[in-house]
Amino acid sequence: MKSLQRSFKELLRYPSGVASLAIILALLIVSAYTLIAIPYGDAIVLWRGGENIWYQSPKNAPPAWTNFFTSKKLVETMIFNTDDEDINKTYEVSEAGNQTVTFEFPIDYQFDTFPQELTLFTKGTFVEKAPFISIVLVTPDGREIRITDFAVQKTGTYRFSQDDRLARRVGSQFPHEAIFAQPGSDPLVPLKGEYVMKLSLVTFEADSDVDAELVVYGQVYGIAGTDHLRRDLKVALLWGIPVALAFGLLAALGTTITTMSISAIGTWYGGWVGELIQHITQINLVLPLLPILIMVGTFYDRSIWTILGVTILFSIFGGGILTYRAVFMQVKESPYIEAARAYGAGSGRIIFQYLVPRIIPMLIPQLVTLIPTFVFLEASLAVLGLGDPVLPTWGKVIQDAQSNGALYQGLYYWVLEPAVLLMLTGLAFAMLGFSLDRVFNPRLRGI
Amino acid sequence: MTVEAQTLTPEAIPAPKKSPTAAALTRMLRFTGMRLITLLFTVVTSIYLTILIANMGGYVDNIRRGDIREAMSIRIMADPVLRALPPDVRAARLEELIRLEEERLGLNQPFMVRSFRYLANALTLNLGRSQNMTSDSGSRQVRLIILERLPATLMLFGLANIFLFFASLFLGLFLSRRYGSFLDKVIIALSPTSSAPGWFYGIFLIVIFAAGFRILPFGGMVGTPVPETTVAYILSLLQHMVLPVAAILVSTIFLTAYNWRTFFLIYSSEDYVEMAKAKGLRSRDVERRYVLRPTLPTIITTFTLLLIGLWTGAPIFETVFNWPGLGQTIFRAVGLYDTPVIVGSTVIFAYLLAVSVFLLDFVYALVDPRVKVGGS
Repeated sequence: MKSLQRSFKELLRYPSGVASLAIILALLIVSAYTLIAIPYGDAIVLWRGGENIWYQSPKNAPPAWTNFFTSKKLVETMIFNTDDEDINKTYEVSEAGNQTVTFEFPIDYQFDTFPQELTLFTKGTFVEKAPFISIVLVTPDGREIRITDFAVQKTGTYRFSQDDRLARRVGSQFPHEAIFAQPGSDPLVPLKGEYVMKLSLVTFEADSDVDAELVVYGQVYGIAGTDHLRRDLKVALLWGIPVALAFGLLAALGTTITTMSISAIGTWYGGWVGELIQHITQINLVLPLLPILIMVGTFYDRSIWTILGVTILFSIFGGGILTYRAVFMQVKESPYIEAARAYGAGSGRIIFQYLVPRIIPMLIPQLVTLIPTFVFLEASLAVLGLGDPVLPTWGKVIQDAQSNGALYQGLYYWVLEPAVLLMLTGLAFAMLGFSLDRVFNPRLRGI
Repeated sequence: MTVEAQTLTPEAIPAPKKSPTAAALTRMLRFTGMRLITLLFTVVTSIYLTILIANMGGYVDNIRRGDIREAMSIRIMADPVLRALPPDVRAARLEELIRLEEERLGLNQPFMVRSFRYLANALTLNLGRSQNMTSDSGSRQVRLIILERLPATLMLFGLANIFLFFASLFLGLFLSRRYGSFLDKVIIALSPTSSAPGWFYGIFLIVIFAAGFRILPFGGMVGTPVPETTVAYILSLLQHMVLPVAAILVSTIFLTAYNWRTFFLIYSSEDYVEMAKAKGLRSRDVERRYVLRPTLPTIITTFTLLLIGLWTGAPIFETVFNWPGLGQTIFRAVGLYDTPVIVGSTVIFAYLLAVSVFLLDFVYALVDPRVKVGGS
């Protein structure tokens, strides 16, 4: 325990060690938060959900913070709902027994571009006669633009951009842009200020009412942006952390421990056992791991646990065996092993109590350095389209981006966000491994 | 670490005294011959394993049986004479056709028998016919599909590997000379970046140079339309190779140069190097004769391991760069669920790995004095 503490203290003397520990700690905290905030089941539902879950977010929108770096402020997504507390409905009963309901959505428009789209989702409550809605937009300079009026069915969707009559009225092919533009500008220039969307409806039955939701789809969204299916990339980026950490750690741990045990057994017994292990290692060296994983993913099962198992299976007889062997060969000849043999210790006892502990200092840096390899392997498979079918991971985000031509379209955030996270994770463990190597193997420190 | 170093000792038996060159030649031939036999055994085993994995649990057979059943049903439905038969006769006819077709394809034999036939086929590159994919010349032969793609892969990775080897070697030597300098520290600090694979840096390079500056192509092998003159073709090819080769270099060179520099430093502190320096030899000669010579076998061994890693990463690397090679073929075969092509490509990859290992073993035999001179 003391020596462990001392090693840790020594590790903190390396700046790269401190930096990598900080990054890993941050990743662990965020993944713990993710697992609590978006439980496994929710994450899968969210990531596989279609328009009914993500209807409120824009398509292919970069993250909102990109606005800090540009002089042109892109439209942020705004959502107005009659259920919100600050939106008040006023009810008036007319002489004919009909009821007039009015409410307003205040749109504070301070952007230099136009929204992707405007959509009004309506939900009518009535028995026979549908209520009738009219929508008017009051611009900051006092103009009143009549948008449309229609009878509200049980559920309805009104898309501003697809209304031909509105397009003719505002004299532009893009009515959702023209209503926010300075009158007479060509090309359209946005008019900043406070807009008010006035909705008034007439109901013909006693309990009849309308719930409305206006979504102004921005050109930027949230802290991570969205993809081609309107999904918030935040879900996948967050969930990618625990998946990557778990896969990397488990694979590295499984591989290192089995490899080391086999190497120890092979070296201790020598003879045909050693030969056999050497031959298997040589054969394994020529086996193409990635194509084989591709085969397994295509023919059997692409769940992350299967892939993990197969990866460990094929890495057991990896190059590590030979490295450990060289060390075990030296240790095997040590006097204390001879002493153990002299007092009659069994082979199992010697291997696991005397040989293996000696190699631990060498093992820990190796293990940590191996983690990024497996993190990237999982991402590689996902980029090839063989990722876990349900879990959102970084590799799957990159694959979506690649197959939708994100780089050609200039949607760099889509590729760069998962890539930067991968890089951060990989670098943190690689740097930690390097620092640990120097702490545990002081021989290297001179060079 | 050293695969060869351990297998080396038994092979390097001192030969009877003849003329020294002839003896060296015999020893080298024996060494390469032994390695060739071991590798052949290794390749056969690894290809057999590939086949076993591909057909574990008979999934592939079931897919093929399903295909046969469907094809035969369609054939019966398309034949007006057969269609006119009563249903039970027609069903019997269908079963008969399926049985014949399965027999023709050898599906009725037990798997153990078939697996060895598959192995023989794979070893002779008789890789069968693809299900969906065709070669550019329109052939369904898996061998042709793969052989058509192989040159592109060999060219890209061959060039990148040669570049990588010499660049790392010179950078390593340079760093060992300037041990402790600023550049040395920079390379050491950058060495953890090699934990990310080439395709990953490829994405960044594409973002910067193709999408950002628009000075290099996004991917592919030659521009469109394909240049007509040979010179223009080669220029276009080279232009398309800049980013992939750069990605491989960036992803490996720092760690490799750092490791090799460490080897050089270890060997530089040997007494005989001090001796050579004391004799007043030029530092270049010292480096070449006294540092590089003893380190080369180790360096070639580490390079072999590196090469294996690069080969295995080809499917994704070529997919990211849209490089029409063997790796991309595997990727496309996965998308189309084309079993014979996937298995065939994997077999070819096993061959490629074995050939790379063998070639480097041969170089190893050339540079390792223990092989040439004999003794242990």
